[in-house]
Amino acid sequence: MQGVDRRIRVLIAKPGLDGHDRGAKVVARALRDAGMEVIYTGLRQTPEMIVSAAIQEDVDAIGLSILSGAHMHYFREVKRLLDEQGASDILLFGGGIIPDEDVPKLKALGVAAVFGPGTSTQEIVDFLKRAVPERWKAQGLA
Amino acid sequence: MRRKHDWLRETYRKSLEKIPERPVAHRTLSNIAPDPLYTPEDIGVLDPEYEEKRGFPGEFPYTRGVYGSMYRSKLWTMRMFAGFGTAEQTNERFKKLLKAGQTGLSVAFDLPTLMGYDSDHPLSKGEVGKCGVAVSSLADMEILFEGINLEEVTTSMTINSPANAIWAMYLAVAKKRGYDWKKLGGTIQNDILKEFIAQKEFIFPPEPSVKLVIDTFEWGPKNVPKWNFISVSGYHIREAGSTAVQELAWTLADGFEYVEAALKRGLDVDEFAPRISFFFDVHNDFFEEIAKFRAARRIWAKEMRYRYKAKNPQSWMLRTHAQTAGVSLTAQQPLNNIARVAIQALAAVLGGTNSLHTDAYDEALALPTEESATIALRTQQIIAYETGVTHTIDPLAGSYYVEWLTDEMERQAMEIIEEIRRMGGVVRAIEEGYFLRELAEASYRYQQEVERKERIIVGVNAFTDEIPLKVPIQLVDPEVERVQAERLARVRRERDPKRVEEALQGLRRAAVEGQNTMPHFVECALAYCTLGEMMDVLREVYGTYQEPAYV
Repeated sequence: MQGVDRRIRVLIAKPGLDGHDRGAKVVARALRDAGMEVIYTGLRQTPEMIVSAAIQEDVDAIGLSILSGAHMHYFREVKRLLDEQGASDILLFGGGIIPDEDVPKLKALGVAAVFGPGTSTQEIVDFLKRAVPERWKAQGLA
Repeated sequence: MRRKHDWLRETYRKSLEKIPERPVAHRTLSNIAPDPLYTPEDIGVLDPEYEEKRGFPGEFPYTRGVYGSMYRSKLWTMRMFAGFGTAEQTNERFKKLLKAGQTGLSVAFDLPTLMGYDSDHPLSKGEVGKCGVAVSSLADMEILFEGINLEEVTTSMTINSPANAIWAMYLAVAKKRGYDWKKLGGTIQNDILKEFIAQKEFIFPPEPSVKLVIDTFEWGPKNVPKWNFISVSGYHIREAGSTAVQELAWTLADGFEYVEAALKRGLDVDEFAPRISFFFDVHNDFFEEIAKFRAARRIWAKEMRYRYKAKNPQSWMLRTHAQTAGVSLTAQQPLNNIARVAIQALAAVLGGTNSLHTDAYDEALALPTEESATIALRTQQIIAYETGVTHTIDPLAGSYYVEWLTDEMERQAMEIIEEIRRMGGVVRAIEEGYFLRELAEASYRYQQEVERKERIIVGVNAFTDEIPLKVPIQLVDPEVERVQAERLARVRRERDPKRVEEALQGLRRAAVEGQNTMPHFVECALAYCTLGEMMDVLREVYGTYQEPAYV
């Protein structure tokens, strides 16, 4: 498959009990408008549900949106399950109310990027259009 | 035509008999002493629509304020939303806030509590004490209000799906400490419709959810007569991305939906309507926000009087809390948020709010620190005591723009309210996905305007800095989860299992038979049933709700 022809598939997920979904939906729509295939999980997903949806839908990236302060827990769990199920190639990114102090800790876990409030959706589009094909290349897919 | 002179002699004076003017100089810095009110006659103009549209403070249609003397007598309640970690930690923050001059408490609960799960439930993992305080049983509630006189403070609790249970726990604390329920003042948010529309902290399907709300409409006025058993909230609708007009329209539509449900149960409108309260957001567009508050009061008054035939003027009054717009705060250049909050708070005051929470500048980053929360409270105090905007009531009345915009917002909101009525009401509109679609549209449109720089956000898409400014942030102790689990285990060990079983059975029976659940919630609370146990009983009876994933 030619890299240029392949569409990026992204899962946008709301883990946990947090119901603040404005950001997740705006991002999902912006990615779709940028030509990506986007699956939105809806609210209240467990890490197990998110990872299983990601594998089933064969996505290239998972974006987690968390505004409740529970981000360390959820990113760690999703990453652990991805590794456990042999899906470490799926790019993990996210956003929400996440203090700067936690960003390096999340990156150390293997989270590729963290987008805080005020990020333009274009920035997220650009990030995925750069990072996902890089992964394809690394995996010899493109 | 009613004259200002008559209003001063009648309504204003009567209002002062209840609460006299505050003992501060109601004079400008050059020692000019403004009247409590200005009307068209003060500047010698004719306004034939004055009485019908604007009227006088404390009089129908309340455009200019619900009370006769407004801030000349009593400032708005400065009520700061707080809660994090354990009950002990939040209790300590409450005591500090009261000492700093705050006049009412406002409790933020954590997500497990908001969703009706105990702190040791598997789904609570990682969330305990994070965005509010964890309350799983009466034991937590007792600690939360330890050393605070419940007859002296008023307490607002932001709780919705489990509102009956949490209110029952508060009342149980009062009962055990010997306070008179008739003297307790406060508010439970208890607005489930806006959860389905925007905030998404629902548990049960819409219909039984509304039934639980109406239980409080029926039980509250008889048992805790000074308590606002609902705060119909536009705040979350706005934060989820609506426009100000949508916020205004949907909030009032929600209010009317509850009124209709209560009437359907056979309740007397004038018995419950006086204790319906409201909660609006206050965003950056200064005059639009002021107009929104004025239009809200006018619409509510007219509809309650003419459509729902309320006769008690108290039923016509829209009393409201306001909070500055969390969604307007930026993570970039966070200190700029202090200026945003001050301007928004000023708009709420000029709009005649009855109570106000000001956001802390660091809320786009984390929970507020003690220092940032104090600056937010001080911002209100500066407006109240230094700016002179409290000298005269509704000082922007008569501004061509403000009056026109008030009329325009009323007109546009009424169009939306009529549209919702044609759909068959709010619950039907929820089921049809109307609000989800409208919100997704409005918030996406706004985001695009920002990205195209048609709307400028200082520090975000213009006037940006290269080097980010670091501010200290509040971290939540991860020990909370363990402390809570231990306390829950102790509660379960030490309580009377027979009383617990009977109380839960009573609740189940009331739910199945459609009886009022409130007395049973109180008994459950007194028996130290946990929040999760109470909600599980109702989950079994009512089922749970899952919303469609719409983008």
